[in-house]
Amino acid sequence: MSNVRVAGVGLTSFGNTPERTSRDLFAEASITAFEDSGVPRDDVDALLYGNFMGELSEHQGHHGPLMAEAAGVQAPATRYESACASSGTAVRDAVMRIRNGEDDVLLVGGAERMTNLGTAGATEALAIAADDLWEVRAGVTFPGAYALMAQAYFTEYGGEHEDLAHIAVKNHENALNNDKAQYQSAIEVSDVLEAPQVSSPLGLYDSCPLSDGAAAIVLTSEEYAEEHGLDAPVSITGTGQGGDRMALHDRDHLARSPAAREAGEQAYADAGIDAADVDFAEVHDCFTIAEVLAIESLDLFPVGEGISAARDGRTTADGETPINLSGGLKAKGHPVGATGASQIAEVATLLSGDHPNSEFVESGTTAVAHNAGGTVASATVHVLEVDN
Amino acid sequence: MSDDESQTRDAGFDEWLDAAEAGEAYYLECANGHGSLPPRRVCPDCGSTELEETALPESGEVATFTVTHVPTPAFEEDAPYATAVVDFGPVRITGQIVGVDLEAIENGLEVEPEITVSETTGERVLSFSPV
Repeated sequence: MSNVRVAGVGLTSFGNTPERTSRDLFAEASITAFEDSGVPRDDVDALLYGNFMGELSEHQGHHGPLMAEAAGVQAPATRYESACASSGTAVRDAVMRIRNGEDDVLLVGGAERMTNLGTAGATEALAIAADDLWEVRAGVTFPGAYALMAQAYFTEYGGEHEDLAHIAVKNHENALNNDKAQYQSAIEVSDVLEAPQVSSPLGLYDSCPLSDGAAAIVLTSEEYAEEHGLDAPVSITGTGQGGDRMALHDRDHLARSPAAREAGEQAYADAGIDAADVDFAEVHDCFTIAEVLAIESLDLFPVGEGISAARDGRTTADGETPINLSGGLKAKGHPVGATGASQIAEVATLLSGDHPNSEFVESGTTAVAHNAGGTVASATVHVLEVDN
Repeated sequence: MSDDESQTRDAGFDEWLDAAEAGEAYYLECANGHGSLPPRRVCPDCGSTELEETALPESGEVATFTVTHVPTPAFEEDAPYATAVVDFGPVRITGQIVGVDLEAIENGLEVEPEITVSETTGERVLSFSPV
């Protein structure tokens, strides 16, 4: 079984560029990824591309060939759609294809154009990741669904909005040095607590922004990287995927994410590591409460203790396990279909020492990327390690 | 939702709303006692295909709730509104909480199904009101 190397990564700036098409966004990310990798486009065996709401925001289906064309790649292309975990699932399939010996070089990534829909339109588009009949028609929005989980968490394990506020403050702080981030501005706990409510207890500053953006990664087999003398010190050594019932009300537990736990356990076993080996993580903090559920699911913190981790400084840049050094979805932005691949790109550059925040994890060798879809009915987790 | 969509019923789901409106809400119970909601042919817990419409307990308890201030366009004129997951025992169901001040909603509140109408679209909405 071949090891899988991260040969190159590319990200657009994430932000508010409503006029830019997803094909343009992905083209930009792919150019950066190819330049970073030194891999010629002709060597690409396939494109695996994540996108969630292209039908709604761009009246466009069948994204695969369109995006291969945009990237200048003449190879078969497939779109992956798993809500906000779309490109996480694309990465996972790419890893398995290379390991199986099916392919040597794959272009993986995703893009999303969202802000052209406006806040109301994008809220409606995001909501289709929930059960239309039994959730959306009752008025469930995405912030609303996570608010239901937050309230259930507070009831079961304690905690308060101020705990969540520290997560938003931390992630904004981490994004200050990330020039790709949507928000490079510090905020204070009081800003979060005083912000307008979206769905109680979550307010505007508990929520990630609407974002346009793209991410691209060139993955190769170990053999290809060696033969071509690539500078690719980071490998994806573990992959896992979990699933759960679609509607939140059908979960065994309203304040936990078993799909993410399952994905994490698989990925750790696959990489031959334990949670204790994880030096830092990028997790899917679409809302502040989601970071709590993620770090507990990944077993980085015991259930019920994730809520205070940011407030206690345990997950800050200088804490024991830095979480979301990129700024996370909260501050870096969340162009849905690009997010999973962008997390892999951020982790890889943090590990290789090329990230503005690499100084906080200089001794780190092992890190995790956690990508979640819906109210975590879909989840992927990847372990990345850097050569010593 | 477009006019076309609203004219075509969703088999299974709209019948359930009809039944709830008539005070005859039900859930599907499989041969092994698992509860689920229609339309459904296979029990998602155990794969049983013997699903039987069984009367929903008359009331359930609010398990978690939120008050939404930023709605989708379909609920623009309804906001702010409360949404809750209500636990009926064999199944949990998501719906809006009506007939009570938003500030008075709490976990454990005992409610029963009540089909209401969206102020924005005129569509039926699965709701619950205090018993």
